[in-house]
Amino acid sequence: MKVSLNQRILSRNEKAAAENRAFFQSQKILCLNLISSPGAGKTALLERTIQDLKGQLAIGVIEGDIETDNDARRIQAVGARAFQIETKGACHLSAEQVQDALRKIEAQTLDLIFIENVGNLVCPSAFDLGESGRVVILSVPEGDDKPAKYPGTFAGASVVLINKIDLLNYVGFNLRRVLADLHTVNPKAPVFQISAATGEGMDAWYGWLRQHLEKNRP
Amino acid sequence: MHETVAAESVLRSIQEHAQRLHARPIRAVISCGQFNALNEELMQFAFETAAAGTICEGMVIQIRQIPLRAVCSRCRKTFDLKLMEPFCPQCRGEDFEIQPDAPLILEEIEFEDQQ
Repeated sequence: MKVSLNQRILSRNEKAAAENRAFFQSQKILCLNLISSPGAGKTALLERTIQDLKGQLAIGVIEGDIETDNDARRIQAVGARAFQIETKGACHLSAEQVQDALRKIEAQTLDLIFIENVGNLVCPSAFDLGESGRVVILSVPEGDDKPAKYPGTFAGASVVLINKIDLLNYVGFNLRRVLADLHTVNPKAPVFQISAATGEGMDAWYGWLRQHLEKNRP
Repeated sequence: MHETVAAESVLRSIQEHAQRLHARPIRAVISCGQFNALNEELMQFAFETAAAGTICEGMVIQIRQIPLRAVCSRCRKTFDLKLMEPFCPQCRGEDFEIQPDAPLILEEIEFEDQQ
């Protein structure tokens, strides 16, 4: 006997994501979901961004890691509100976990929220968190084949950051190939070459943030 | 391994249907899109782990991959989009609108025939 169904498997996550999205829109908050491999520099990017923009914007960070609250402490040390979600084994954040974290950091008083997802280029892209946009970060030492190997993740990006660009001359990284592959899988997303360590290229990233913050509050 | 979350959610649904029908489930078909794609082997493994000791133990899980669809802005053809070959197969146009990716769906459950 066969029973035909048409049942959405992630309906709980989809419902929570829709609620988060409605909250961000009503509160005019820009919420960005940061996705990258482990070690690409998500936390370093946030530390520098917060230091440079905290005088102008109320910024909060939701941190996702399998274990430890190290990242939340790094963010708090540079003067932003942060809440750590420890996923205890799960390789991605869910919209329900984010919903709970939004309450804990009193999100309604913020302008800009970063969700630093668990370091993983695959699983986080399958879970909508209700974010306003996705920032996908690729770092130079990871190698130049990542956009071709994980096209789905890069295709879903609103903006792509190539971090650790200061190491370009020390590792074999074909920048031209990366830019061509990114253009193939996602011609609409802007690509910025940055170094969160030296500050190179960060102004272009801040320009993109400002443009989207303004778009968010007409 | 987002398969774990999907497997647990699918298991709950199948258990509910099995209880209602008083039947033993033997096979299920799940469909997915390209951005949320499930790996069939990992899904089977995750499901076996979650289903151990339940009425769903021993079930076969099949995955049906639904391609990403796009509509060509030039000739209006709807086509299956390959992310690394992004052009219209009819007019070779490179300007197109990507349609929403297929969600994860539990499509069908097969139950053992009862005597």
